[in-house]
Amino acid sequence: MIARPKHQRLVLVILAILAALGAVLLAMWGLKDRAAYFYTPADITAGKAAPGKAMRLGGMVEKGSVARDADGVTTRFVVEDGDARVPVTYRGIVPDLFREGSGVVAEGKLGADKTFVADNILAKHDERYMPPQLGNQQAEHEAAQTLKR
Amino acid sequence: MTAEAGLAALWLAAALSLLGLFLSVLHVRGKLEADRSVRGLAIVQGLLCLFAFAMLLVVFARTDLSVALVAANSHSAKPFIYKIAGAWGNHEGSMLLWVTVLGLSGAALAAFSRQLPSRTLIAALGAQPALALGFHAFLLLASNPFARLDPAAPEGRGLNPLLQDPGLAFHPPTLYLGYVGLSVAFSLAVGAMLAGDVDRQLGRAMRPWVLGAWIFLTLGITAGSYWAYYELGWGGWWFWDPVENASLMPWLAATALLHSVAVLVARNALKAWTMMLAVIAFSMSMVGTFLVRSGILTSVHAFAVDPTRGAFILALLGLYVTAAFVLFAVRAGKLREGAPFELVSREAAIVVNNLLLTVILGIVFIGTLYPLMAEAVTGEKLSVGAPYFNAVAGPLAILLGILLAIGPLLNWRSESRPVLRKLALPALIAATVLAIAFLAWPQSTILTKFGLALAAGLAPAAILPLIGRNPLRTPLTIWGMAIAHLGAAVAVAGMAADSAFTVEKLTASRPGETIEVGPWLVKFEGVAPVAGPNWTAVEAELRASRGGGVHVLRPQSRFFTDPPTETNEAAIKTVLRGQLYTVVGQSDAEGRWQLRFWWKPLVTLIWFGGGLVGLGGLLALLGHARRAWRRRAYR
Repeated sequence: MIARPKHQRLVLVILAILAALGAVLLAMWGLKDRAAYFYTPADITAGKAAPGKAMRLGGMVEKGSVARDADGVTTRFVVEDGDARVPVTYRGIVPDLFREGSGVVAEGKLGADKTFVADNILAKHDERYMPPQLGNQQAEHEAAQTLKR
Repeated sequence: MTAEAGLAALWLAAALSLLGLFLSVLHVRGKLEADRSVRGLAIVQGLLCLFAFAMLLVVFARTDLSVALVAANSHSAKPFIYKIAGAWGNHEGSMLLWVTVLGLSGAALAAFSRQLPSRTLIAALGAQPALALGFHAFLLLASNPFARLDPAAPEGRGLNPLLQDPGLAFHPPTLYLGYVGLSVAFSLAVGAMLAGDVDRQLGRAMRPWVLGAWIFLTLGITAGSYWAYYELGWGGWWFWDPVENASLMPWLAATALLHSVAVLVARNALKAWTMMLAVIAFSMSMVGTFLVRSGILTSVHAFAVDPTRGAFILALLGLYVTAAFVLFAVRAGKLREGAPFELVSREAAIVVNNLLLTVILGIVFIGTLYPLMAEAVTGEKLSVGAPYFNAVAGPLAILLGILLAIGPLLNWRSESRPVLRKLALPALIAATVLAIAFLAWPQSTILTKFGLALAAGLAPAAILPLIGRNPLRTPLTIWGMAIAHLGAAVAVAGMAADSAFTVEKLTASRPGETIEVGPWLVKFEGVAPVAGPNWTAVEAELRASRGGGVHVLRPQSRFFTDPPTETNEAAIKTVLRGQLYTVVGQSDAEGRWQLRFWWKPLVTLIWFGGGLVGLGGLLALLGHARRAWRRRAYR
């Protein structure tokens, strides 16, 4: 059966619209519980983040807080934002430019004991690159660094 | 003077674009016979852009520190190749590269597409400078690469060490050729809709551009994936990073367009559909540029953190996309009907291919932009990563793969033969692998199991169109199709194998200790200091053996001085069965070093498959070129 041309064009238009709608619906379904929200230590202390859910934690690595466990591969440190502090554990090699007093974004989950268990650490990659989430606090810090140089 | 010459060439090119646009409008309206001048202007404009880009290369090669861009991104002690590559490893330089490729594409269109109706071609040659003008304005007003610094800097600030890698020299230009090649498909679609002439002739003119752009995108994405894999030291090959998605989206659209253009050429069908895809494909290139260049994203690629630039590109994007869609809405209904086809036919299979690719594109698009939207609307910050993309787009990709096995076997227009019988063997292989996957590797994800099965069935199915043909008489285009489809199967095999079989090990070891990683025994011999031209490093020595010979791997932890940065340089041993990937981390007070290992069986198939897909595209392009040449010779 060969459909009449007019008919065929209509079918194609309907298919295209259905595809667009389908993509939107699928995406909305997928985003509902798969987006990881970004929290600051203050949000976590305020109880805004539910334990066990994938999320990102961003702030500064507290000075003097970085320590290594006896196994040699687990790093513990504290992320702070001036108002609150959250302890973090991470098993793995910390990335280039992860250091005390510097910006960091940790991906992972909040444990029941309010310790953040990170499966991935993102640190500032170079002098100019900065995660936008870290905002002005980091920018001021940068400006101070630049002046010193 | 070099910088000033470059800047002058850019201004002149912008002025000529304006003139070209003006003449083209007059020509299309029938007020003036400007055919030759529009072509001439397009060619001169392209050459001027090329000249400006060459001037930028010269100031970078000389490390002329009185140019602000050089001072901000280069350093006199940098190896020469990275001085050159540094010219486009920054915001302004990469935008100039973009504009140069755009100008050269317009020039090539003017020089080579002579078989098109004059009105369509000249209208397309008007659309091209209209695009160029926006980007010229962006370059000249908001990101001048030739701005002087007075007084000159005593020394440059250096280039991000992550970007000091041979991959950088080729990766961005390759992707840009792909992005901007699609601009020609866009301009041709706009021209054809303005002139009202969408036919096979247009499809023939458009196809080499789409195919060429698609080959560059394929190779650019493949190379970028490998670069991220060995350079970032995270053992992953795709991170669903917004910038990766920015290159994936035009590729998905171009893949759909490539197939629908084939229908337009072969059957004079899917006319409005193809025009729509051409508009979407280049829109995705601009979305990609917006994502990367606006500095709006958290990414290694985000150089510019300047809100005016983001707003500028967003305005350009909005302007061009809206204009094209309005034109489409007004003109699509007036296009002549395409040739009809049946429900079971090659055309119908390609329609389903296009629909699936479009839905996947929509899912990637929404997932990539959702964080931006959410932050703009509710102020909430969030990120969307692999869990979303894999779960939502993955199953559709598997469906697409199954269709890929069937589609090429169908006839144009209508199919009445029992085609599925040919697929019995591939289907049996796939089912067997699926069963094995469920029994032997229950811990892998469902998507991985189906990926393994799909790859196993698709590989033999992809070469079915070649069976029963004389290999020497088979057209290159058929070879190209089969090899590209085989490449897709090979890449899927690599992705699924990486996900199913990777063994990871993380230790803190003293020199002399031996670590077991999958089938490998790795002896950690110790660390030694090494130095390069602009870095120093701690280098670990690892001796890996698997029964037979011993392989030495030397991963490094590098410290760059300008700017002060550390990077982990992974050491990778490639064997036939896969790759052993090693990274060295920090030491502790007890003299232990952090070591990370991955044994990744068959992982190399991912990039080998990507290369095959590109090779298939190249063969098809050669095949079409040969046919076009013969057609001309007969005339």
